[in-house]
Amino acid sequence: MSADSSPSKETVNPAVDGSELIRFDKVTKRFGGNTVLDSLDFTVSSGKHVTLIGPSGSGKTTILRLLMTLIKPDEGTIKVGGEYLTHEDRGGSLVPAGEKHVREVRKHIGMVFQQFNLFPNMKVMRNITEAPMHVLGLSRDEAEERARELLDLVDLTEHADKYPTQLSGGQQQRVAIARALAMRPQVLLLDEVTSALDPELVAGVLDVLRDIAHSTDITMLCVTHEMNFARDISDDVLMFDAGRVIESGSPEKIFSEPDHERTRQFLSAVL
Amino acid sequence: MSEISWGLWKLLLNGIWITVQLTVYSAALAAVVAFAIGLARTHRLWIVRFVSGAYFEIFRGTSALILMFWIFFVLPIGFGWQLVPMWAAVLALGLSYGAYGSEIVRGAVKAVAPAQREAGIALSFSPAQQLRKIILPQAWPGMVPPFNNLLIEMLKGSALVSIMGVGDITFGASLVRNATGQSAPVYTIILVMYFVLAFVLTRGMRVVERHAKAGVGQAPQKREGLRARMNGGQVNDFARSGATPGGGAAQ
Repeated sequence: MSADSSPSKETVNPAVDGSELIRFDKVTKRFGGNTVLDSLDFTVSSGKHVTLIGPSGSGKTTILRLLMTLIKPDEGTIKVGGEYLTHEDRGGSLVPAGEKHVREVRKHIGMVFQQFNLFPNMKVMRNITEAPMHVLGLSRDEAEERARELLDLVDLTEHADKYPTQLSGGQQQRVAIARALAMRPQVLLLDEVTSALDPELVAGVLDVLRDIAHSTDITMLCVTHEMNFARDISDDVLMFDAGRVIESGSPEKIFSEPDHERTRQFLSAVL
Repeated sequence: MSEISWGLWKLLLNGIWITVQLTVYSAALAAVVAFAIGLARTHRLWIVRFVSGAYFEIFRGTSALILMFWIFFVLPIGFGWQLVPMWAAVLALGLSYGAYGSEIVRGAVKAVAPAQREAGIALSFSPAQQLRKIILPQAWPGMVPPFNNLLIEMLKGSALVSIMGVGDITFGASLVRNATGQSAPVYTIILVMYFVLAFVLTRGMRVVERHAKAGVGQAPQKREGLRARMNGGQVNDFARSGATPGGGAAQ
């Protein structure tokens, strides 16, 4: 994977002073009678790379989907960059946020999905340029220049003029990463981004993400089953079980000497 | 019994022109209605869904012929103005076939993978942008074949206007039949006329369909020679199976 272009150009971040960027405050999410997140509190500091691990159904993906405003919390509040994501402060009282407010706050958040979700009706270039042009208001030239830098970063320069269906899964996922970065988000959410890929395509995608993690100061929240990757890129690892964080710490600690028996069980099953 | 004279032929040929006009105008109105009602029926506000759903049920459940009579004969009594028969017919056909079309639009929009909308949200597109840039372009290829069916239904349904004295193919045919007393040749001729018109429409819609599919990366869509098509069936099957709208998006 090419690491020679400077990825730091692609991502403008807030000052990385370790200040709090994401705050979950007593967030509860239920699906039917099933409580997926149970009064969850946690914070992520600006510039940190945080990996969420835990068994399926423990609520990891739900956290990312809440942050992306694809779903709404049943209780509690979420703040991003000091602003409420799900609520608006109107005259001192918190009310559920309107569409416009949500759209403004979530401009700072980008997401890469397990199934890529590229737009099949747009060629690769347009997949990347469409949102910067029509959401951020960049000119076509600016957006295309940004897209070309990102395609270079993900090593797909020669595929700009293809439709997504003409690419392999790994290539599609790298386009999806470029598409998310083109919005210059402060936070990048990675939702099991290699789970849908053939094994031989996983490394290419992880290499790109390692590049980004090591050479930019973008904040990353990552749900993954790739423990080596998690160990490589993470500042913090959060272990989830049944909708709660049962343990958190540096990857060295969590992967080598976890405190919790449940964490040990989980890691011995996946490692 | 007498021969069909040139003057009578002209009646039939003129009828083709009227039928074509009726079909084109009604299709244009029906398309507007189909998209407006079809999209309204997927709206997040219940009141919009309710009103559009009521329109759909009422216009699907009433006969186009009765609607035509109603617009032509009842509306003038209520409102004091009279549409010319041609426009009354266009209105009736457009409104009722638009109701059928709305179901096609709604179904195709619903068939686009929800993950596509989520990707649109993740890029902060507004709901209108999501619809225009992501959902409709992917839904469109799926709408074309059923729209083609509906268009041909409407072409044939346009014969209803002859009852109100609009000079379409069927009206011309009854005049010619009255003048000559020849049923078999006259009705055989217009049977062929309708078939040819429908066939032309179908070929046109095929072009639209190929174009629509190419727009979501489902190429190649070039016509090959007969020999190539017979030998190259596998290639075409591969191209077809290569992608579905919203491919790779199912969660």
